Amino acid sequence: MPEAMIRLEDVNKWYGQFHVLRDINLTVAPGERIVVCGPSGSGKSTMIRCINRLEEHQSGHIFVDGMELTNDLKQVETVRRDVGMVFQHFNLFPHLTVLENLTLGPIWVLRQPRAQAEAAARRYLERVRIPDQADKYPGQLSGGQQQRVAIARSLCMNPKVMLFDEPTSALDPEMVKEVLDVMIGLAQESGMTMLCVTHEMGFARKVADRVIFMDQGEIVEQDAPDAFFDSPRTERARLFLSQILH
Amino acid sequence: MPGRAADRPDMAPQAPAMGVAGWCRSRLFSSPLNIVLTLLVTWLLFMTVPALLDWLFLQADFSATTAAQCRAAQGACWAFIAAKHRLILFGVYPYDQQWRPLLAAVILVAVIVCSCMRRFWRPALALLWSAALLAVAVLMWGGVFGLAHVEDSRWGGLPLTLILSTFGIAFAFPLGLLLALGRRSDMPVIKALCVVYIELVRGVPLISLLFMSSVMLPLFLPEGVSIDKLLRAQIAIILFAAAYIAETVRGGLQAIPKGQYEGADSLGLSYWQKMRKIILPQALKVVIPPLVSIFVALFKDTSLVVIIGIFDLTQSAKTALADAHWRGFSSEAYVFIACIYFIFCFSISRYSKALEKRLDTGRRQ
Repeated sequence: MPEAMIRLEDVNKWYGQFHVLRDINLTVAPGERIVVCGPSGSGKSTMIRCINRLEEHQSGHIFVDGMELTNDLKQVETVRRDVGMVFQHFNLFPHLTVLENLTLGPIWVLRQPRAQAEAAARRYLERVRIPDQADKYPGQLSGGQQQRVAIARSLCMNPKVMLFDEPTSALDPEMVKEVLDVMIGLAQESGMTMLCVTHEMGFARKVADRVIFMDQGEIVEQDAPDAFFDSPRTERARLFLSQILH
Repeated sequence: MPGRAADRPDMAPQAPAMGVAGWCRSRLFSSPLNIVLTLLVTWLLFMTVPALLDWLFLQADFSATTAAQCRAAQGACWAFIAAKHRLILFGVYPYDQQWRPLLAAVILVAVIVCSCMRRFWRPALALLWSAALLAVAVLMWGGVFGLAHVEDSRWGGLPLTLILSTFGIAFAFPLGLLLALGRRSDMPVIKALCVVYIELVRGVPLISLLFMSSVMLPLFLPEGVSIDKLLRAQIAIILFAAAYIAETVRGGLQAIPKGQYEGADSLGLSYWQKMRKIILPQALKVVIPPLVSIFVALFKDTSLVVIIGIFDLTQSAKTALADAHWRGFSSEAYVFIACIYFIFCFSISRYSKALEKRLDTGRRQ
């Protein structure tokens, strides 16, 4: 069996008295595509934000591509270089053009020459289907376009892992599909390791190798998508699914 | 039953453009209170403006050669400014050498204007600044290239005001940025130092800082060591302005959404890259108006250096008034220097307005 891409061992985290992550154990193989779902407040976003240390865990170990996340800042920066993240609210840089948003990381973190970074950026814009928006500012784009720019920005770093933190939940309904289509394309063509917090069940069925269901800071259930959606084993998962599917 | 608005002409929406009469009616006489205010303001203008114009221009004497002729005129005596403008502008700098401070002031203003233009925003600008500062120092002090040496205690007037405020802003700004970042730092020692510094300096008036730098500091220095008086005043101004800049910039930093920090972190940018490329450009844009207020205040506050005996623009105007032949023309002198201050301060604020507009990239998030 190949070395795991991501490994969480007995990870615990508290916000003050509130126990957000309880003994999380999770191993993700290279190229595996995982969808994380669960009721709000279940700790799913917190878990994936721990993987690039936007949140710190208080006990346990997290390894990304064999490297442990500790207080060592250099190590954290190295891990972040290999882990792309797409946020619910895009978090594009509003004072930079789309092209500058895309080339910032490659130029300053990966030390690529500008011409090479720009060529790659235009390729990725092509891939997320907005090649003609390169010189606009994020504020001039629609939500769906902004999120696709954000995906392209992460891809420009050539990450080994992509984390998606509810990428479609801040979007107007008619824009959800264009973003999901890009994500599906990415999953099917690139063979990249993906962890995606989302409630888009269609997306999960189509691309996920595994669905993880979290509740109250614990991983309650994990299974192949069809098995999970059609016959959840726990009462909590059944309740959750009945609520989101009506 | 009331009819719909469109059916009744008196309730139909009024057309916005109705010529002068319409504009007056809607802006000046729209309510009883407005009518009273309009009349009051008109009366005030009527009482003051003609008299002011009279004094400033109509009755003013522009060509008198002696003070006695001037006193005969009813209005302002601009001949006083004509006679004394070099003393006001350049202080007690040796009279025949005054082209040097003039040239220095022109160089300073030229470099500042260049720095304001976006096409000069490149690394070479730093080079230009170094060259300009060197030129200013050579011109003002002299002692080389056949220029006679001039003590800085004889510097004065507008060039001195420009030097104090330019250096004040140029050094206080980066220091203020560092203090603002330090105050938001995770490192407790750095944070505490910055907080203590900012609160201490903000807690005392500039005038007392100047006084301390001039009177107290020499007491602590070992005997024989003395720091130039002008330099001490300059340092006091820098330290003072830095604390205010730090607090203003901190306000800007707090206005930046957490997502921007996370977006930068997720790309693997280091702390300084994140600050330089992502956070500060946005934070500074937010605080341009209050920052400019600080710069304008700093420019005017340089006049406080008079209390430690440095002859800035305000003080050299006072010196000009002390001439026994030209007694009693203080209004003219103060109007003259007020105009100079106004030109500089107004230019700064116009520029900041243009800058704000240009940097607005329409954020929607």
